[in-house]
Amino acid sequence: MSVRSTIIEELKRVALEHDKPNTTFADETTLLDSGLDSLCFAIIVARLEDIFGVDPFNSAEELAFPVTVGEFIGLYERAVP
Amino acid sequence: MRRSLWELTDASGRPAERYLWHCGSTIALTRLLEETVLGGRASALYGRSVLVATANQLTAASILVELDGFAARVVICPPDLMPEHLASIAAGARADAIISDVETLSAAARGLECIEPSRLEPQPDLPPVRNQETGWVLLTSGTTSVPKMVVHNLSTLTGAISVGSGTGDVPVWSTFYDIRRYGGLQILLRALIGGGSLVMSDVRESIQDFLKRAGEVGVTHISGTPTHWRRALMSSAARRIAPRYVRLSGEIADQAILDRLRAFYPYAAIGHAFASTEAGVAFEVRDGLAGFPASLIGHEGGAVELRVNDGSLRIRSTRTALHYLNGSNPLADEDRFVDTGDMVEQGGDRYYFIGRRGGIVNVGGLKVHPEEVEAVINSHPKVQMSLVRARKNPITGFLLAADVLPRSQPEGPDASELLKNEIIAACRRGLAAYKVPVAIRFVSNLDVGASGKLVRSLA
Repeated sequence: MSVRSTIIEELKRVALEHDKPNTTFADETTLLDSGLDSLCFAIIVARLEDIFGVDPFNSAEELAFPVTVGEFIGLYERAVP
Repeated sequence: MRRSLWELTDASGRPAERYLWHCGSTIALTRLLEETVLGGRASALYGRSVLVATANQLTAASILVELDGFAARVVICPPDLMPEHLASIAAGARADAIISDVETLSAAARGLECIEPSRLEPQPDLPPVRNQETGWVLLTSGTTSVPKMVVHNLSTLTGAISVGSGTGDVPVWSTFYDIRRYGGLQILLRALIGGGSLVMSDVRESIQDFLKRAGEVGVTHISGTPTHWRRALMSSAARRIAPRYVRLSGEIADQAILDRLRAFYPYAAIGHAFASTEAGVAFEVRDGLAGFPASLIGHEGGAVELRVNDGSLRIRSTRTALHYLNGSNPLADEDRFVDTGDMVEQGGDRYYFIGRRGGIVNVGGLKVHPEEVEAVINSHPKVQMSLVRARKNPITGFLLAADVLPRSQPEGPDASELLKNEIIAACRRGLAAYKVPVAIRFVSNLDVGASGKLVRSLA
């Protein structure tokens, strides 16, 4: 499974677990407009770390926080070996 | 002689050109000084103990300005105060009145005089001299039990603030915090006394809308927790503000968030402050590095003295709280040092925060006792015991992870997955979302110390 589809699947799973079933995750969707809150993103980042073995948020090269879903996916696509 | 908040605000210069902005309203400070939300009854509350439990922050701020110097005690109730805790808080404060526009709270305040605040309206005469040493009582957050009631007064609260000179630019302060929490109250007082304006947040407002609003009025100084800031930087509205000063407090500021803020707001001074409701404002670090210089520790006789005992940071200063109103623990030791419960470790010439004593985990500003989560996990019939610990997270600082010792090891990956899901489901049923572990690991033993307690190591 690609990095992209893994991430989309995790986003959807967490949305479902937190009773936010009507969320959409297009590339241009702003993360904070997707309906997920900080806690949801914290959980997603932790799970993706378990899956991919990396946490690109802790990388010294990536100084900007992602704002859109597309940027969020791009962050992992660059980081996952 | 003691000066009241009203007098200090009045003396800080140009109140007609300074404002409090709240969702949908703009109030010049002159109105705060000349008008009333209490129908002019502040002086009737002279010497009394009063709970302030309003729906919005602006009303609460008006009441604080009106009552300081009259009331003997003002208990500042945070927005999430649970009605079932109100009676206990009223008893602890020996309150005889409550000012509230929240029905569930005024209904729970049996036996107290109830005063419903109005909108700001002119009062005919300014009330007489405010000469009471008002006790300001703050409530601590984070657990499901009755909050601790921490007593300050205006001088402990304003020890780190200098009175505005009335010259130069008016700083526009803002904070992601509610002003009824210690961190937010500091910013309100900085604005009022230090000669500034203030943009208040609102729980019903999205972070984008708040940042846009703050940007529109030209916010210059803004404070929040690292979690607030991580969320702000993920918002497209982060570019709407161009602050000169960015402040972090309330949680560990790691190097990543400091670097990101530096890159995002290159023209801002970025400071991370150590403060707590009990210990007061202790120090601020502005060198852009996580942790704090070891040289801060051990100086005797300064305005703020720091010690490290048994690994935790202790603070003695004129800004620490006076005492608790409830509970049996003293607030400070016999040398008047407050134990912050924040564990530090020295690395080279710096100290770094590594977590909370007792394994208490701070998840995005909300404190979790691991035992509470362990109790839910341990109630699963297939679980022998469990250890809940902090797991570092770049968004909320920490999340929870659980090491679970099952009665018998699950056979195969399917059985293991099934049991994990059952445990998580039980946690979701029994606990708030931020207390649910993000990961579960099955272990074959857990360390139990000589005391018979689980060995908890820090994250």
